[in-house]
Amino acid sequence: MPGAKKIMVNEYQSTYSPNTPKIKKQMLSDIGVDSYKNLFSDIPEKYRFPELNLPAPTSELDLKNELSKIANKNSTPGDYSSFLGAGAYRHFIPSVVKQITSRSEFMTSYTPYQPEVSQGTLQAHFEFQSMVCELTDMEVANAGMYDGATSAAEAVLMACRVNKKLKVEIVGTVSPLYTDVITTLTQATGIEISYNNIETILQNNNDEAPACYVIQQPNFLGEISDLDQLKLLSNKNNALLIVISEPMFLSMYQTPSYYNADIVVAEGQPFGVSLAYGGPYAGLFACKKDYIRQLPGRIVGETIDSKNKKGYVLTLQTREQHIKRERATSNICTSVGLIALMSTVYMALQGKKGLKYLSELCYHKSHYAAAKINNLPGFELQTNNFFKEFAISCPIPVKEVNEYLHENKIIGGYDISNFIKNGMLLAITEMNSKEEIDNLITLLSQVKPL
Amino acid sequence: MKNSNIRKLLMDRSIEGKVGATMPSIDVPLQTLPNKKFLRENLAMPEVSENEIVRYFSSISQMNFSIDHNFYPLGSCTMKYNPKLNDDIAGFPGFNEIHPLQNIDTIQGALEIMFDLQNILAEITGMSGTSLAPMAGAEAELAGMLMIRAYHRNREDFKRKKVIIPDSAHGTNPASAVMAGFEVISIPTDTNGNTDLEALKNVVDASTAGLMLTQPSTLGLFDTNILEVVKIINSNGGLIYGDGANLNAILGKVKPGEIGFDLVHSNLHKTFTQPHGGGGPGAGAIMVSDKLIDFLPDPIVTKDKIDKFDLSKPQKSIGKMGAFHGNFGALVRAYSYIRTLGKEGINNISEDAVINANYLRIKLKDTLDLPYDRICSHEVVFSAKTIKEKYGVNALDIAKRLIDYDIHPPTMYFPLIVEEALLVEPTETESKETLDEFIETVKTICEEAKTNPNLLHNAPHNTPNTRLNEALAARNPKLNWRNTIEEAN
Amino acid sequence: MYPENLKYSEEHEWLLENNGIATIGITSFAVESLGDIVFIELPQTGTEITQFSTFGEVESVKAASEIYSPISGKIIEINEKLETEPELLNNSPYEDGWLIKVEISDNSEFKKLMTAKEYESFVNAGS
Repeated sequence: MPGAKKIMVNEYQSTYSPNTPKIKKQMLSDIGVDSYKNLFSDIPEKYRFPELNLPAPTSELDLKNELSKIANKNSTPGDYSSFLGAGAYRHFIPSVVKQITSRSEFMTSYTPYQPEVSQGTLQAHFEFQSMVCELTDMEVANAGMYDGATSAAEAVLMACRVNKKLKVEIVGTVSPLYTDVITTLTQATGIEISYNNIETILQNNNDEAPACYVIQQPNFLGEISDLDQLKLLSNKNNALLIVISEPMFLSMYQTPSYYNADIVVAEGQPFGVSLAYGGPYAGLFACKKDYIRQLPGRIVGETIDSKNKKGYVLTLQTREQHIKRERATSNICTSVGLIALMSTVYMALQGKKGLKYLSELCYHKSHYAAAKINNLPGFELQTNNFFKEFAISCPIPVKEVNEYLHENKIIGGYDISNFIKNGMLLAITEMNSKEEIDNLITLLSQVKPL
Repeated sequence: MKNSNIRKLLMDRSIEGKVGATMPSIDVPLQTLPNKKFLRENLAMPEVSENEIVRYFSSISQMNFSIDHNFYPLGSCTMKYNPKLNDDIAGFPGFNEIHPLQNIDTIQGALEIMFDLQNILAEITGMSGTSLAPMAGAEAELAGMLMIRAYHRNREDFKRKKVIIPDSAHGTNPASAVMAGFEVISIPTDTNGNTDLEALKNVVDASTAGLMLTQPSTLGLFDTNILEVVKIINSNGGLIYGDGANLNAILGKVKPGEIGFDLVHSNLHKTFTQPHGGGGPGAGAIMVSDKLIDFLPDPIVTKDKIDKFDLSKPQKSIGKMGAFHGNFGALVRAYSYIRTLGKEGINNISEDAVINANYLRIKLKDTLDLPYDRICSHEVVFSAKTIKEKYGVNALDIAKRLIDYDIHPPTMYFPLIVEEALLVEPTETESKETLDEFIETVKTICEEAKTNPNLLHNAPHNTPNTRLNEALAARNPKLNWRNTIEEAN
Repeated sequence: MYPENLKYSEEHEWLLENNGIATIGITSFAVESLGDIVFIELPQTGTEITQFSTFGEVESVKAASEIYSPISGKIIEINEKLETEPELLNNSPYEDGWLIKVEISDNSEFKKLMTAKEYESFVNAGS
């Protein structure tokens, strides 16, 4: 439209900064300077007011249009059937979760440093800790870590503090996405990590005991480990047993406390949190109460106020960096409050029956699919005892299988060729209808070696 | 809240048989379940109906103070307005529902946003490379410290085991440095609030790996010794890490990379807004100069000649900071924020934040002590030392009394080096009218300190709880349903 | 204001000597500056400790402070009551709130400690 630019005002006025140039002028005069520039005179002159090469301001309408086009370049589960898991899972999120967590009282409050005006967040965190304790059947839980992998790494660091040792054994097939993070976070600590399978460890009685054993249950390939073996492992030495698990699995299967785990961590995302390309998520972190003073992260505790009324506060804060600084249990500060709240509301909604039902539903669907795939020529099921995720081997490279599936509006499984030749990891949840599963099987049956 | 039931926890509301969500139908033939010994017997989750759950969470939410409610001048935390547009954009299905392990060809839109954000942050900070992998400021600090370690080791210089940190720093700085294997050397702040140069010279030697500096500092002051500091560290072969927690004070006014910082992080959730959600989640981008690019955390987003984006691992990367690629949802919000404001708006942030803080400084300097009487940046540190000596009312009492006037307290007792500190950060999104109201309120409270100190000692008066017994909570921790207090009425 | 029969260190510990055994605690000044004590971490009996090096930690709600031994020797007893009643330190720093008992290994170390009067002026000088 010719001349449209004329409606722009000359002086930029942000919608987010309310003070107009006229008001600012008055404030500057109260401060006793002529220009805002005087307020930046502490910056060395040579480097003051550099050119900032950024795009011009954009209106809400224009930006929404532009970014929705960019968003639409992605293939979105929902438009596609998706069988991708490997640590992040697509589960149904009831409407209430978003509605509650969008309340500005929850969304736009900060860390509850002032408990008298933060009881909403604190009480919700207490519910979260309680539910995580029930889910994992452990005695204490914190208010959440960044994600499942950093929870696992912090668990390793914690076990090394508890046992005052620098040796860690990772047992069996733990997700490389997790071991990578454990490696990063321990690289400067002198912690030595070794990888072994459980049989070797149970047979070996010579080596010095490590600070901890780290297992994943079910493991990266979906395999559920034998509980009696895990009991033996937890009784071996004085090493702590760290279990990396998954919340939907924990809803149905024997809990890690059954085989005497010391620390249980998990990715909380499957419970009410969108996939969002990998984050933000919330890491669950629970343990035996003996280790409470070595816990990383925020913890909410119950107490009473000066009028004897029950209330909640952040507690055991001396563990944390803002007090103990270089001697803190972790450097973590920003938490995952809002994400933990999503999982809290999710667990409240599904409740005792819902979680049991949903986990069994995932079980039935995935076992239905696995049996059918195993019957396809050239395909073979690679996981024996599994819950909702299992590995298969394909007759041709996974990349090619997935390309074919994508052409047919399916996001296939995760490529695990470096574990199993032509291996694919498939996750099946309540989001995958029988129709979708049958369609996947039909398409896979068309995949044949050249 | 009149509903006296509000404090009743979900488990105490549970009645057998109630359901809170509908269950999808089973459309596949039932499969044989595993042997019972593999299954758990009981899952003690509450049974509450949907309406009751909605009402419960809505009710408890109302016990919170939030930025959408009123002024939240929590120093060092940058509690500014969170634009709603950002949440909508992050909620686009094409961003919100994509899986982190999807094939690269199917997530080009997501990578495009990340690539653009990497470049924008490098431009704003005057750096050469960015990784968006860290999931919070402290994780970015850790990444930065690990990079400094890797850099020196790569040069086969294994002696550099110390990191120097001023005593005014956030606690995350020393904690992160220790996680990266360094010994922390704390140095004092001089009487003007700058780095004490003599003290710095005394501790710098061939074992110095680097310096962590918050600029402007947690005292809300831009260190006028900065060029000297850079010279001292650089000439000894150390690197300079900039804690960008207070980046909002200098956006467009100076680029840390240009004055000699080798690394700087941004708490995207603060400077570039993200609903704080009761303490998180956040996102912590790390920006570095040329010589550190190869050490950046995994991944970074790269673009090839045919404009295809990819996730890449830098050659000598310190590794992965989380299972996936950073807090993408927070990155989208930061990106949306930056694009909305653009060049003019970003420049305005620092200008407006600094005007607001200095306005409070001038207007309240006769009411509270001002330990550093000079132009401040985006926040100003006051002290209640005189009031405490005169009337026995401390910073905590003043903070709690503000609650009675429906204003969130400033940060108290931080920085640790200021006695009875009250660190006030108004942010750029507050109007002069709001600031004037705050000024009047603080004056009223300081008057009350003289005339009726008990009003302050017992504040706040109208909150769901009065002051809580934190000692009791820590001595005998009750951390879940299984272990709660019987209310004494 | 500080008990005359005790010896004091600059790190605010006190010591009571009796037949070669030192009872050690922290001073009322230290307790007051920490506030409500919520947790005390002590080593096991049998641990050898040296003068002016740390042997434990005391925590209040919002502060954590290391405890330094005023004397070298072997720990023969720790105050186990503190595990469940850390508030004893607030209520009775010089009696019920004692921390450890130590078999003194070097009597000459006493001269590096202060008398009550010296400690008082040390505190007043603004340590």
